[in-house]
Amino acid sequence: MKRRGIALRKTVDFVVKLLSIFFVTITIALMGWIIYIVIGKGVDALSWTFFIEPTAPYGVPDGGIANAVLGTVLITLGAAVIGVPTGILGGIYLSEFGSKSRFGDFIRFAANVMMGMPSIIVGLFVYAMLVYTTKHFSGVAGSVALAIIMFPVVLRTTEDMLSMVPNSLRESALALGMPRWKSIFYIIFRSAKDGLITGVLLAIARVSGETAPLLFTALWSDDWPTHFFTEPTANLTVTISEYATNSPFDVMHARAWSAALLITVIILVLNISCRLLFGKKRHG
Amino acid sequence: MKSELISRKYLIPPELSDRVFKIITAIAAFVVIALMVAFFVQLVWYSMPSIRQFGFKFIISTEWDPVKNVFGALPSIVGTLITTSIAVAIAVPISFIAAMFLVESAPPCIQIPVSYALDLLAAIPSIIFGMWGLFVFVPFMQDYIQPFLAETLHLKSLPVFGDVYNGFGFLTAGLILALMILPFICAVMRDVFKMVPAVLKESAFGAGATSWEVSMGITMKYGARGMLGAVFLGLGRAVGETMAVLFIIGNSQNLSYSLFSGGTTIAATLANNFAEADGIFMSSLFELGLILLAMSFCIQIVGQLWLNRVSRKMGER
Repeated sequence: MKRRGIALRKTVDFVVKLLSIFFVTITIALMGWIIYIVIGKGVDALSWTFFIEPTAPYGVPDGGIANAVLGTVLITLGAAVIGVPTGILGGIYLSEFGSKSRFGDFIRFAANVMMGMPSIIVGLFVYAMLVYTTKHFSGVAGSVALAIIMFPVVLRTTEDMLSMVPNSLRESALALGMPRWKSIFYIIFRSAKDGLITGVLLAIARVSGETAPLLFTALWSDDWPTHFFTEPTANLTVTISEYATNSPFDVMHARAWSAALLITVIILVLNISCRLLFGKKRHG
Repeated sequence: MKSELISRKYLIPPELSDRVFKIITAIAAFVVIALMVAFFVQLVWYSMPSIRQFGFKFIISTEWDPVKNVFGALPSIVGTLITTSIAVAIAVPISFIAAMFLVESAPPCIQIPVSYALDLLAAIPSIIFGMWGLFVFVPFMQDYIQPFLAETLHLKSLPVFGDVYNGFGFLTAGLILALMILPFICAVMRDVFKMVPAVLKESAFGAGATSWEVSMGITMKYGARGMLGAVFLGLGRAVGETMAVLFIIGNSQNLSYSLFSGGTTIAATLANNFAEADGIFMSSLFELGLILLAMSFCIQIVGQLWLNRVSRKMGER
């Protein structure tokens, strides 16, 4: 190391420390600002009718977001039904059968790459696969898109959680003569339960705020989601996007803020409660 | 003998059920590969008409005319590169010193809540950033930041700035992207800082190094690949971000070199035009999607290779 005065070196160190405190403060402050704005602007339009009325067409002053909430719940549940079992099964393979094999390494690598794919590409892909071929937008296409985003996340968390289970448990189950599948579902899952639930809930929280893939698949509508499989389905995020950008009415902006508040609260509550209930969990 | 006794209880012999189970899980895991291949096949297939009609010119042409059905990807590509570069250039140094502060010098009563808050920041959906950006941050940029940069710092004579302030544009989008990717980069960097063996750091401290010198000299060298992996993770996130950018970028297909002017990115062009597109227009959008897919695919592969190598190095220890 070059010779430099101790005073200079200490000053540099001090300045960097000050800078880091400054930037950490700024970042947290910006986050506080976002949450403050969302809450401040969001509570205005909140009312009882907001939660029980469906969205109104352009220019109609009244209306709620009940159909969009229901649609988002349906789409996200659909995604969970498709994505979670597949992800968990794949995670079992990586942790229990393929932990040292080349194929396993390759899958693990591919899953990491998939996790970083832009969600809009997933939307485009599902559009080509399900919307273009069937000629109609549908809620189920949205579910498939979200499931594709969810799948690698669930897969990797499952693997991480299962590989934390001590091997002695697996060995004792096998020594009792259990088939492996039974030992996995009855013994290993039980001991990795908290981690698995956290992983799945966080994956659900993550996809429930997605907008871009739904633009290409579920679109949105002012109706109740009665034709989930064949027609555009109302959902919170695309409704927010429509109200915020394509509308000149202040009432609609206010409703967009309230919907934004709702989705933010849901996601943050899911995140915080997962962390509080199940201890410290690394992010995906 | 004993295992035979117990296994009699099962209708299907464990050997068989286990083999079936293993195959089922392997198929589920294989879905990842199948999806990835399907992404490429699907997007190439749908962009074929556009590739055939425009050829290589698609990538270098700035023309964008849905009426005449002539499309070029250059404004979108350049916009993506500009916003991503701004975001990474801002977020990476800040993440580095923030991670250093959190791991090396912050007391637990600061470190834990701040790390927690950063994790929550990462969980906020991008549409919220978009809305906040559109209704709050864009006016703020217009009233304070852009005049400050141009007038107070006298940057308006530079061609990359300018003196038209409307709040929208590359700079605003880049700043919001920086805020969005910062928690992700910072989280990986925190891990890298924690992975450096304590003995190494302690011996440097013992030799009289300051914590900045330890970070630059020891952690940077030891975890260089991890740091690069973190950068690429952030890059991958910024490149494909849609909603936050869409609201803020200004959505103009004119190529401009001013950071204050509106433009577009690949993702924003896709989201903005998809509703009314068909025929060759639609195919061009698919080709744009293919370009974005290829870009983020390369970024992810490089990033994962670097991160993998770090964890292998840690595993050997």
